Amino acid sequence: MHKKTLVKLLVILFAITSSFGYANDKSKEHKSEGDSKESRKQIVKEFIQHHLKDTYDFGIYSYKGEDGKEHHVGFPLPVILIDNGLKIFSSSKFHHGEEVAEIDGNYYKQFHGKIYKTDAKGTISLDEEEHPTNEKPLDFSITKNVVMIMVTFLLMFFLFKGLAKSYATNNGIAKGAGRFFEPIIIYIRDEIARPNIGDEKYKKYMPYLLTVFFFIWFLNMFGLTPFGINVTGNIAVTAALAVLTFIITNFTGTKDYWKHIFDPLGDSMPWYGKLPIYIILVPIEILGVFIKPFALLIRLFANMTAGHVVLGSLLGLIYIFQHWLGGPLSFGLSFAISLIELLVALLQAYIFTMLSALYFGFASEEHEHAEAH
Amino acid sequence: MEKLINDFSLGLFFWQTVLFVLLLLLLRKFAWKPILNAINEREEGIKNALSAAENAKLEMENLHADNEKLLQEARAERETMIKEAREIKAKMIADAKDEAKQEADKMIVQAQTAIENEKKSAIADLKNQVASLSVEIAEKVVKNELSNKDKQLELVDKMLKDATLN
Repeated sequence: MHKKTLVKLLVILFAITSSFGYANDKSKEHKSEGDSKESRKQIVKEFIQHHLKDTYDFGIYSYKGEDGKEHHVGFPLPVILIDNGLKIFSSSKFHHGEEVAEIDGNYYKQFHGKIYKTDAKGTISLDEEEHPTNEKPLDFSITKNVVMIMVTFLLMFFLFKGLAKSYATNNGIAKGAGRFFEPIIIYIRDEIARPNIGDEKYKKYMPYLLTVFFFIWFLNMFGLTPFGINVTGNIAVTAALAVLTFIITNFTGTKDYWKHIFDPLGDSMPWYGKLPIYIILVPIEILGVFIKPFALLIRLFANMTAGHVVLGSLLGLIYIFQHWLGGPLSFGLSFAISLIELLVALLQAYIFTMLSALYFGFASEEHEHAEAH
Repeated sequence: MEKLINDFSLGLFFWQTVLFVLLLLLLRKFAWKPILNAINEREEGIKNALSAAENAKLEMENLHADNEKLLQEARAERETMIKEAREIKAKMIADAKDEAKQEADKMIVQAQTAIENEKKSAIADLKNQVASLSVEIAEKVVKNELSNKDKQLELVDKMLKDATLN
């Protein structure tokens, strides 16, 4: 039995959304859910919300078997917790978030996609704002998103290493897939890096710009596959990328860049004239340093999340309407949105790269301030 | 916003940062540098080839112009050479004429003097012969005349006559 679950493995949506809060009386809840349009909407909403979240196992699909139980097809992933020492175990112990996992005498349970430490029964105590008060162990699990990041890692590494090799073996001319990627690389160099950073300094930023562009683009494209992957729509991922842009911007900042922040008016005014202006201006400039990468992280996150929500909602129409019109309508709309999402996937990668390049350009600029302002 | 912060997963942030930085470093070394270098080299190559072709074209044009110039020069030189040759020819002819004339004149003069000399010597010769002939004749005549007395007298007479007539 246990082996069977391992083989068929885990998650997806219906599982957690429909079983979490209703653990007490599952069958009854299920019945009433299917009855009214409102409850169906609720299910779709939770399905989408679940899809947007990271999970501890890699679910491909789930179905309701003849025995009336949910079956999940996928595979479990390692959970890594730091809670009085390193604890590593398979996510299959959670049984798709339905059960309490016992490891070395400690009990863990998932609640809204997060792991909490509980007692043997898996009690989650909530405060008045519905937030769990249970202890949260440090969680370094290899989640579904981490797996997809690794997949993208390997894909990119071998793809571009192969491309580099094809240049060496083919007299400096790309072969195969390189024919497709080379113009993109040249576009990033000539249309993004060079105009924004400048001909002298663009070279040192190229590896980051190229990596970040293809990384975001590939992950965005993975998000359009039917496996429910949403890596770039995860705030932690976009935050990590934005933090890197922030670090690179400020660590490569020139004297002029810092002067622009702390002395934006330069020598065009005596100090007593600048003082009242600077009381307002300098904090704004300093704030801007942080707002720029913050805008990056929110933009990418919001765009990708919105795309997934729209697509999910359109697909959910079939289930909500339960009418012959629902199918074709939902299919047509979601097909159109999918096409737009293909564009958005590329566009968001472009925008992130473009704005990063722009910030690097600000950071590396060197000019005569007295003349420029 | 609160939901966002709640959704933020430190573990995912950690893995994303670690994996991304690792990917960045690996790709920088094994992919982006060779790729960008290859593209740069190729572009440089194309640029060089184009400028080389342009240079070759210019050089060809220059060469063409040079050839034209050389041809022009050669033509001019030929012209002058022909002209010079013509002048030399004319001069040579004139010189030859002059020389010939001078020579002829000289020869004429020589011939004339030679003729004069010959004439003179011939006249002197003739005079001598005429004198000796005259003497002989006179001798004979005298011999003859003096052979008889009459004739001697007659002669004297005659001579006397002549002398008085003078």
